[in-house]
Amino acid sequence: MNNILVTNGVTKHFGKHTALNNVSLEIPKNSIYGLLGPNGAGKTTLIRIINQITYPDKGEVFFDGEALKPHHIAMIGYLPEERGLYKSMKVGEQVLYLAQLKGLSKSEAKKRLKYWFERLDIGDWWNKKIQELSKGMAQKIQFIVTVLHEPKLLIFDEPFSGFDPINANAIKDEILHLRDKGASIIFSTHRMESVEELCEYIALLHQSEKILDGRLSDIKKAYKNNIFDIGLETHNGDALLKELSEKFDITTSAYDALQKQLDLTLQLPSNDSGPLLAYLTSKANVNNFIETVPSANEIFIRAVQNKNGYE
Amino acid sequence: MNKLPLIIRREYLAKVRNKSFVIMTFLSPILMVAMVVLIAYLTKLNDNEKRVIAVLNESDYFSNEFLTTESTSYVNFRDIDLETAKDSTSNLGYYGLLYIPKASDLEQVAEKSFFYSKDAPSTAVLSYLESVFEERLRQRRLVQLGVTTEDFAAIDEQFEINISTFAGEQNLKGINEIKAFIGGAFGYLIMMFIIIYGGFVMRSVIEEKTSRIIEVIISSVKPFQLMMGKIIGTALAGVTQFAIWVVSAGLLFLIAFAIFDIDPTVVNSDPNFASSMGGDMAPKIPNGNEMAEEYLKELFKLPLALLLFSFVIYFILGYLIYSSIYAAIGAAVDNETDTQQFIFPIIMPLMLAIYVGFFSVFSNPHGPIAVGFSLFPLTSPIVMLMRLPGGIGENGVPLWQFILSILLLLATFVAIVWLAAKIYRVGILMYGKKPTYKELFKWLRY
Repeated sequence: MNNILVTNGVTKHFGKHTALNNVSLEIPKNSIYGLLGPNGAGKTTLIRIINQITYPDKGEVFFDGEALKPHHIAMIGYLPEERGLYKSMKVGEQVLYLAQLKGLSKSEAKKRLKYWFERLDIGDWWNKKIQELSKGMAQKIQFIVTVLHEPKLLIFDEPFSGFDPINANAIKDEILHLRDKGASIIFSTHRMESVEELCEYIALLHQSEKILDGRLSDIKKAYKNNIFDIGLETHNGDALLKELSEKFDITTSAYDALQKQLDLTLQLPSNDSGPLLAYLTSKANVNNFIETVPSANEIFIRAVQNKNGYE
Repeated sequence: MNKLPLIIRREYLAKVRNKSFVIMTFLSPILMVAMVVLIAYLTKLNDNEKRVIAVLNESDYFSNEFLTTESTSYVNFRDIDLETAKDSTSNLGYYGLLYIPKASDLEQVAEKSFFYSKDAPSTAVLSYLESVFEERLRQRRLVQLGVTTEDFAAIDEQFEINISTFAGEQNLKGINEIKAFIGGAFGYLIMMFIIIYGGFVMRSVIEEKTSRIIEVIISSVKPFQLMMGKIIGTALAGVTQFAIWVVSAGLLFLIAFAIFDIDPTVVNSDPNFASSMGGDMAPKIPNGNEMAEEYLKELFKLPLALLLFSFVIYFILGYLIYSSIYAAIGAAVDNETDTQQFIFPIIMPLMLAIYVGFFSVFSNPHGPIAVGFSLFPLTSPIVMLMRLPGGIGENGVPLWQFILSILLLLATFVAIVWLAAKIYRVGILMYGKKPTYKELFKWLRY
């Protein structure tokens, strides 16, 4: 089995509202899987189903090849978007309690907690109450609670909200480290910058339905539309530009006569860029010739627009 | 591994370590004892103030009827006129002067007798004086009418109707009320416990919602487990608190009474206590040791084992039913101010049970209202306990009613906990809007 989690036609209604409609996903092991979508797309509902907080009306969920059962809870770590801790409970006690709820023994939890406290630079907070900590510190504790029982599957819902850039970076490194150690990670967000950096696979939910999923690089390839950024060094840029604009669809262009530098972006009818490159080399000195790859954000927007267009 | 004990333990510790809980636990008995001791002490101080009342008796009808008591003593003036007597009374700082003039007949005496004092006299003093005065004059009148002193003593005998059951068992008057009162105390305890600790459960649920830890927890345990753990943990904390209250209040009373040298019966025998609880139906406090013994004997005949057993059953089931409703309310709202509209319908059956209990069970423990309310599950824990001191079976609660009441309570318990758990499960993840009853009903089907 190469998938840690498979959902098969999962559907969930709340009254008349459909939160998830026939969503099937395959989440590969040992990778970071981005679960994307605008607010209200159904991400949280899907995550809650995986955590067995709610149950699907239709469809099945498989965890590591087995139908999802209550005992799988101990193998899942979940950092919800709406998160918090008992304010008046001491840090040490609280983490031990939550770890024990995940099935860890007290002594084992204590041992691992020490490791994490050192790793995340958390000193003598053991006897501090959560309400005495800053928000960022509390978030670190929250992160430890999520990973302490060394789950096979980690689910982070908007993990970086509430962190300052330095701590956000530290947490990002920890997430990558956990993946390298063998964990599979579901990463739910609507902030696309972090997706580019982290995710190997993505799925896009929109209005309760999955509209796109797969390996991010494959999706990007599929969403490329033969647009090239070109930089040329030439004496007669204006003439060349005119010549090119008769043959190609040029979106932007700029000619700096002083530097003899012509920059332009154009779209080819097909992915075959060889003839164009050959032609350009014969006419000018080619400084750069790059096919632009759409950002996750662009893909996201286009996918949503396409979807809306079909309706 | 079973997670319920973990949750119970946390809820228990979170409760008993809470500062305000600790303060309440240890301060309440001290405050309560201090209050009672203060009242008893002040009463004693008050009584210690000796009053001296001067009596100027010119008539032949009185000789030495006014007897010195613990708080009042009497000084007889002789052979002085009224004005001099008034002056001396006020000069000597006496409380007042009772003047009984010389007159030919009783009516004249009654008409012309006066009590002079600086301020208006206290009713206690006046009523004592009046009773002696009236008694003496009545006696005199009867003598005039030819009744001898022996006959007069014979008049004083009380005439009463004795009561008995058809089976021939003699009953003491008011014993039913005393019994219902004892049951009522148990019922009252249940109500207080439900209101106080049910509220704690609710607040604890709201706290988990507002601190947003709830989703972290229910990704590890079932909402139902969390709810039950919370309810049980809070109940244990409540039992601990009650136990500390009872033990420490008892100890403190002993110590305080020893220190201040107060006779505990001053407090216990306060008739106002009993009558304020039971209204007009409160039993008359029997006078005379013999009567008291009779009542005590009757009280020892109470089915104590049955009472305790049913107290535990009704307590547990009643508390579970109500506190799971409280938990559901806590889950449905975002903050405590939104709870009002839901709390009222819970408190109502409890209040109803107490009032119906005190009025209809006291007057007729087996009347239709009493039976109805002792079967209805939301009121039965309180009302049935008021009826039970009469025992089960003949003269008491019919066995079928007792069993039916417990069965109904059990069925309600299952149904309510199931419903509450559903509302709880949906509610804890809902933020931002104040739900209506209609929405709560919709949640049941999610």
